[in-house]
Parts: sequence; structure tokens; C-alpha cells
Amino acid sequence: MHARKTRRALIAGGAFAATIALALAGCTPAAPSGPVEISWLVISNDNEVGTSQALADAFTAANPDITINIETRPAGGDGDNIIKTRLATGEMTDVFTYNSGSLFQALAPEKNLVPLTEAETGNVVETFLPGVSVGDTVYGVPMGTAMGGGVLYNIPIYEELGLSVPKTWDDFISNSEAIKAAGKTAIIQTYKDTWTSQLFVLGDFANVLASEPSWADKYTANEVKYATDDAARAGFEHLQEAFDKGLLNADFGSATLDDGLRMVATGEGAQYPMLTFAIGNIAGTYPDNVNDVGFFALPGESAGENPLTTWLSDGVYIAATTEGAKLEAAKKFLAYIASVESCEVQTSASVATGPYFVKGCTLPDDVPQGVKDLLPYFATATSAYPALEFLSPIKGPALEQITVAVGSGITSAADGAAQYDVDVEKQAQQLGLPGW
Amino acid sequence: MRKRVRKYWLGVVSVLASIVIFVIPFLFIVTTALKSKREAALLDFTWPTELHLWENLVAVIQARDFILLTAFVNSTVLTVTSVAGMVVLGAMVAWVAERRRGRWTKLIDFIVLFGLIVPPAVVPTIWVMQGLGIFKTLHGLVLIEIAFGLSFSILLFRAFIATVPKELDEAAVLDGAGPLRLFFQVVFPLLRPVIITVIVVQSVVVFNDFTNPLYFLPGDENATVQLTLFNFQDQFDTQWNLLFMNILLITIPPLVMFLFFNRQIVAGMAGAVKG
Amino acid sequence: MTSLVENNAIAPNEPTPKGSKPRRSGSSYPFWFFLIPGIIFAVLFFAPTFASFYFSLTRWTLFTTTFIGFDNFALFFREPNLFQGLINTGIYATVTSGLKVVLGMGLAVLLTSQIVARGWLRSVVFFPVLVSTIGVGITFSVLMHPIDGLINQTLAFFGIQGPFWLTDPAWALLSVALVDVWKGVGLATVIYIAGIASIPQDYFEAARVDGAGPWSVFRSIIVPLARPATVTVIILSLIGGLRSFDLIWSMTRGGPGFVSDVIASVIYKQYQAGFYGLSTAGNVILFLLVTAIILPLSWFLNRKVAD
Repeated sequence: MHARKTRRALIAGGAFAATIALALAGCTPAAPSGPVEISWLVISNDNEVGTSQALADAFTAANPDITINIETRPAGGDGDNIIKTRLATGEMTDVFTYNSGSLFQALAPEKNLVPLTEAETGNVVETFLPGVSVGDTVYGVPMGTAMGGGVLYNIPIYEELGLSVPKTWDDFISNSEAIKAAGKTAIIQTYKDTWTSQLFVLGDFANVLASEPSWADKYTANEVKYATDDAARAGFEHLQEAFDKGLLNADFGSATLDDGLRMVATGEGAQYPMLTFAIGNIAGTYPDNVNDVGFFALPGESAGENPLTTWLSDGVYIAATTEGAKLEAAKKFLAYIASVESCEVQTSASVATGPYFVKGCTLPDDVPQGVKDLLPYFATATSAYPALEFLSPIKGPALEQITVAVGSGITSAADGAAQYDVDVEKQAQQLGLPGW
Repeated sequence: MRKRVRKYWLGVVSVLASIVIFVIPFLFIVTTALKSKREAALLDFTWPTELHLWENLVAVIQARDFILLTAFVNSTVLTVTSVAGMVVLGAMVAWVAERRRGRWTKLIDFIVLFGLIVPPAVVPTIWVMQGLGIFKTLHGLVLIEIAFGLSFSILLFRAFIATVPKELDEAAVLDGAGPLRLFFQVVFPLLRPVIITVIVVQSVVVFNDFTNPLYFLPGDENATVQLTLFNFQDQFDTQWNLLFMNILLITIPPLVMFLFFNRQIVAGMAGAVKG
Repeated sequence: MTSLVENNAIAPNEPTPKGSKPRRSGSSYPFWFFLIPGIIFAVLFFAPTFASFYFSLTRWTLFTTTFIGFDNFALFFREPNLFQGLINTGIYATVTSGLKVVLGMGLAVLLTSQIVARGWLRSVVFFPVLVSTIGVGITFSVLMHPIDGLINQTLAFFGIQGPFWLTDPAWALLSVALVDVWKGVGLATVIYIAGIASIPQDYFEAARVDGAGPWSVFRSIIVPLARPATVTVIILSLIGGLRSFDLIWSMTRGGPGFVSDVIASVIYKQYQAGFYGLSTAGNVILFLLVTAIILPLSWFLNRKVAD
């Protein structure tokens, strides 16, 4: 065991010395060096790869000396593990795309990422920065659009029954009951894709913040909990209410995201709590129905502002192992991503489903109806708030299962909220937060 | 006569049962692979309204610069070398362990079980591989697959080495055979049914493995076939038709291989009967 | 595994000295056969795994390590659904293993007899083993859909109301277990076939001469002489069942809620959440649990041999 450690240390030491020598050798000429290649790790699905490749090509067209090689990784939990494993073993690509918010925090940014300066982040909208920073140091630039978490609804059904967009939770329930009485599915839930069950809870957060602006900080400091705080527990209670009143689709337990989108687009179901990126899916699979789908924020208890809970887009980061000419090239690339041209490239590569986080970027006029409904929420400072995962590093891993259990009538809302509080304790301790 | 009739009916019933139980689910994979994206997203068991066989086939093969073809090559090389290693080395260990019983036997039993029960630890393994300079190499991954597959192979071999008569050993030794000749020339051929079984089973395991290549041999030029499935899967937007076409394409080579080896198993059985 | 079979019933069962030959230099069963596989196994499997056991005593984010002693283990045992998970693991392992052993043997006997379409049947039975777990999981999720799924529609044809296979808490775990057997029975069958194939034909002929019927051939020749195969299948399927989670994860994610969680999926969720130290502690516990069951079972099954 000792021998191996020593040998590993020797090898590491030798490699380190060699790197220094190379770096020194590479640093001497001050003039811009010859062609540079940097590698970029992105999610492996078609859409993501297509958009990334378009950006890479546009960038290389403007900077012929720099080529970008795209590598792919799976999405979801496997992808999270790959990212962390590669960072931990020093095997990350030069540049990579990943979530912002609490997932970003879990990457130990100060150790693994290169801090950025005004040169790269000057054009970024301020509300994005907390999602990719530790303290005042920024580590990433935004790629993709903002998302809202609320309710997608079928406009023809609403018009047919003479309903208007609900401003309070009670309005939402009475709309739903009217829809149910007319023989259609009022609320769509799709628990085969467990993550979709969280919308009632997570999408309600803007209402919680509206009533208690410092809730997130208190939560991080373990001063407030879901089970005992009425405003927070409301999300769980709403979920239970939807089940108890029989407002859900009959196959809620085995329906998938695709089923839910199909139902809300074609009018089989009226309302589907969901994130707005899904409008892009609808545009791709049901292009003729995409403008039948509208969007509104999850209403709170009292009539008022009715703010929207928003999600930040992904960020693009530079791994700390990137050095020398590659580091310069990577920084240039990130600056490009956070520019108006990049927004335009992204919009032409895939349907834009929300505003960009880069100053000066605009959306074309022909965005789907749902996106048009989404944009006004970003107009003022109090019409939208970031989801909890962007204001607090704590997010328990079992939430989606707890919400499935509550939404299926297996667990009560009170129990579910209590279980979630227990669940987040582990996360908080793992992060070493004080007060837990 | 009655016996023959009974065997015939038993055969017919079995075939029908096998179709219902084993073939129908397979049909689902086939029909979904032939659909358009939108229809496939419905995920129901219907015949496609329009056949997209050619389009889907081309789309899957062309995806990401023909990564599927690279993946096939990589997977085949990986499977063949690591299974060869597992079979030879596993048989050798099982042979000596079985013939030379002693204090070591219990220890080897335990180590074999340990290998079967404990899941490998990814990050420390990467550190070891980096230290040895075999991380991110195909030969490194081959060694990993051998290391992970040895336990299963040893277990299977030990079970059947007991059936090889010791008299043969003694005869060969009297003829002047050293251990290597004894093993490879005399014993190995007699283990045919088991060897074939181990080859078939382990080939399937290695060919279908995706976690090990994912962590130990990252990089698109190193992709193996299971990893190509991720091209069509996404938490948010899965292209079911292409995904299933991909599944279909990567299931076919193992199936063909199995059909081929099936004859070998039958032949092997005849061989064992004579021996 | 002990020598069980009287080899070819020709030579008397004379105890042979264990590997010691008249000549003085080395035996025909040299220890150096262990060398290469031993090194590969030790370096690439044993060592990293033991290293990871160390991490079970720490809070590990992959980037930082803080030693916390046995806190992870205490935390694991406080896991809210642990008890349910343990019970589910036991049920799942027993059901899948039991079915694979019984059905595998039955199928192997069928497929080694003089039956029509034997080649087709063998391929078809083994085929599910080849399909990737993701494909199997999705396929059966569709077939088991409570309303539109083929299984329930067929049952409805006969007037039976099929259960909500994957979403009814009472059925979820069992449904996945059945799919697991569907996928894995082919492997058990192949192992049994190899076992039956190595029974010398003399036994069968002797039995036929004696006028034994198929059932007594089965009971007195096949079962005892295919013992190594049986033991192998039991051990392998039990280990697999205790550790299984791929299929459960792909079909129910441990749900609905936590109803079909097994220990392995609990551990996996902790791993996904980034609690690397905790999930390693879980792996240690799972390892101890499985060993505690398998090791005695293995010695028992192998000792129970008259020789």
C-alpha cells in the first residue's frame, strides 16, 4: 500500500514537474500562438449537441485559430456523477456545461473551477450571477434560456368553458372543478417521470418568498422548516388537495412527461404543472398545437402580485485543470457565449422558450404562445423570484419520491413535509453548514 | 408412439408459450423502433401507422458521426479480449483451487464471493489506474473487466471441474506432462460446455456493460454500444423511436453470436457424452 | 465445491493424495497459476475497494474528506425507509432466486429432452438476457400500464380486472420481480443445461434399462448430478437478487414513493445525491448483509455432500 502511494506520488510529482516545464516553455512567446484546440463537455441529446455545435462553429468562424471539440455525457444522475468524478480525478475537459444553483455549489467551485472576470461576465444579467458564484467570485456564464415553473394550460378548453387565468389558489381549484364537471381531466400529473411531481411544491416558492422575503436564508440557517411553516407547507397541501378532490387524470401514476405534454397540447387534459422548457418539446412533437398552450404562474393564497418561480439556465464553466493557451481560448469562448451573437445562434438552433440572461438579447416575434405568456413575468423585480435551489444550497434528494407519495394519496401533506425536512438534514450536514 | 406424439405436442405448446412470453415483448421493441418520433412517444403497443424503418436506421447509425459503428468496434474488441482473459485465467484458478484443496480453499471461496458481492469503487479505482498509467486506455478497461469478471467465471468453472476425472491427470503426468500441458491439452478441452457457457454469459455482460466504459474509458472515440443509447435519451426529451432502434441494433450481434454458439453447446454436449 | 461425482463409475473411489506427486519438483497444480489473475484482481479490485471502505468513515464530497468515524453508519440506520427497504430486499431476492432456480431447472430439462423446435426454444428463452435492462424496463412498463397495457387488456378480455402493476403499492415490487425473472431465467437455464449436459449418458441408459419413468429419472439422476449447477444458480441469483436495483430503478424508481425501495436503490439514491461517504457506508453494510447470508449458505450447500 505504502509503495503504491509513494509511486503514485512520484508519478504525480514527475507529471507536475513536466507540466511546469511545458507551461514555462509555452509561456515565453508573447505573441498570439498558433492553432489551439479546446474540449467542451455537453449533454448527449440531439438538441443540446446541435445547439452547442452551432455555437462552436460560429465561434470558430470568428476565431479561426481556435477549434472546439465537443464531448458528450449522459444527462440526469449519471451525468452528475460523471462531472464530479472527472473533476475529482483531474480528467475534465477544458470547458463544460452544467446546472447552476445548488448543483453548481456541489462541485466545490473554488477548488475545481477557474474564476472569471468582467471580460467574460460583463454582459450577463445580474440576476443570473448568484447562481454561478461563490461569494463575489463568478465562475460561469449562462447558456440557454430562463425557465418558469407554473401551469401549462390548454387555451381552447379555457375559452370553451369561459374560464379566466386564476389569480388565487381557490380560483384555480374552482376552475379545475368546472373542467372536471365538463368531463375533461382538470389537472394532469405524470408520476412515471418522478421529477414532474415536484412542481406543486417547487413552483410555489415565489409565493413563499413574497410573503417572507428572507425565507431562503432562514432555511439555510435551519431556522424555518417545511413542516412547521404554513406558507411553505402549502405546496404539499395543494398536492394532496388535487388528489383528494379527484382532479387528476386516471393514469397519473404511470403517465410520462410525453403523455402530459400530449394531453395538454391536444386538449385531452386542461392544466399541467410544468416547467416552460417543455414548450420546446411541444413545438417539436406537436407543432400544430403549440399555440393552443398557454402558461400562468402557480397562484398563491391571496390575490396580489402572483409572482412566478423561475429557474436559471445552465452555466458554462472552465475546469481548473485548463491552463496556458487553452485557458486563454476558453475564456474567449465563454465571453462569446455571453454575448448577443450567441443568443441569436442559440435561437436559430432550437426553439427559444424564455428570455436569455445576456443583456441585449431579444426573442423573435414568432415564439409560441406559452413563451409570450411567460415573458411579462420577467418585467419587474417583484413579478418573479428564483426557485429555492438558487437561493439556498440545500435541496434534499428524496423530494420527488415524497411528492409522488403525497400526490398518490399514500402520504399526507403534513407527513410529506416532515419527511422532506428530515431528508434535507443529510444534505446540509454533507455541505457542512452551520446550525444543522 | 405415444411418447413421440406427446413430445410433439409438448413442443408445440412450448413454442406457443415461448411466443407469448418471450417474443411479444420483443415485438414491442421492434414496432416502436419503426415509428415516427411522435407516435413512438405514445409508447403504446400498436403497429406503426407509417413505417420509418429506413429513416430511423439511418438516423441511428449516422448519429454523432457514426458513433454507433465506432462503438461496435470498440465493444467487440473489448468483449473478445476481456472474455478470453477471464476464461483462461478463471479456469486456471478454478482448476488449481479445486484439485489442490487445502487451507487456501476457504480463502479463495471467500475472495470469489467478495468479488461477486461488493460493487467496485469508482474513484479509488481511477486513482489506481492513473497511478499505473492505464486510465483511459482500452487495455486498462480490458484489465478492469477481467478483474470484475473473474469471480463469476471462477465460480462456474469450479462447479464443473469436479466432473473431470483425476485419472486423466495421472495418466498425463505419467506421460511426462507439465502443469501447463496438463491443463491446456488435457483438461481444457473437457471443460467445453462450461467454457462455452462462460463465454456466452460473460460476453453478454461485457458487451452490455455501460458503467465501466463510462467511468474508465471516457471520450467519444472510445464509446461502447450501450453508451450510444444515451444519445437518444434525455431526462426531458427522449426520442423513443431512435432509442428502440438503437436497442434493436445493439441486441442483434449478441443474438447472432448466441445462435451460433447454441450449436456449439449442442456439439459440446455430444462431446461430453463421449468423454 | 467438493468432488461429488464418481468419475465414470470405472475406477474405485480411491482417495488420491492431494496434489502431491512422487516427484519432488513442484506439483501438477502449481500455485503460480494464481499469480496473474491474483495480481489483476488484487490491484484493480481488492485494493480500491478496501480504500473505499476507508471513505465510509468520512464525509466525502469527492473533493474534500472529513473523518467522522461511524456517523455514516448511524445515519444509514436512521434512514426513514430502511426497514421497509430491508424487507423488500429479502422478498425480492427470495422470489427472484426461487423462481429462477425452479423454472430454470424445469426449462433446462425440457430443453435437453428430445423435443421439437429445441433450437428455437433455447434461443428464445435466452434472448431476454441479451437485451439491455433499459429496454426491458421500458417495454414492461408499457405492457404493465394499468389501462392501456397489453397485460391488463388481455385480462380484461377474460373479464378480469388487472391490478395497477407498477403503481399499486401492493404489487409494485412483485411486478418488478416477475420481470426480473423473465429477464434472468434464461441464464439459469443455460447453466443448468451445461450441468445436465455433463452427466454421462451411461446413467440415463442404465435408468432406461431399469424401466424408470421420466419423473424418477429426474429425481434420482438429474437433481443429484446437476447439483453443482443448482448450487451455482442459487448462489448467483441470490446474490444478484440481494444486490439488484437496475430493473427496479428503471421501472419504478423505488416508488410509488418509497414502496418498492430496496437497499441497493437506497444506496444508489444517496450516491446520486452526492453523499459519497454515506453511500459507501451503505455498500459496506450491504456487503456484510449479503455475506452473512451467502457464506453460510454456500458452505452448507457445499458441505452437504457424501464423499
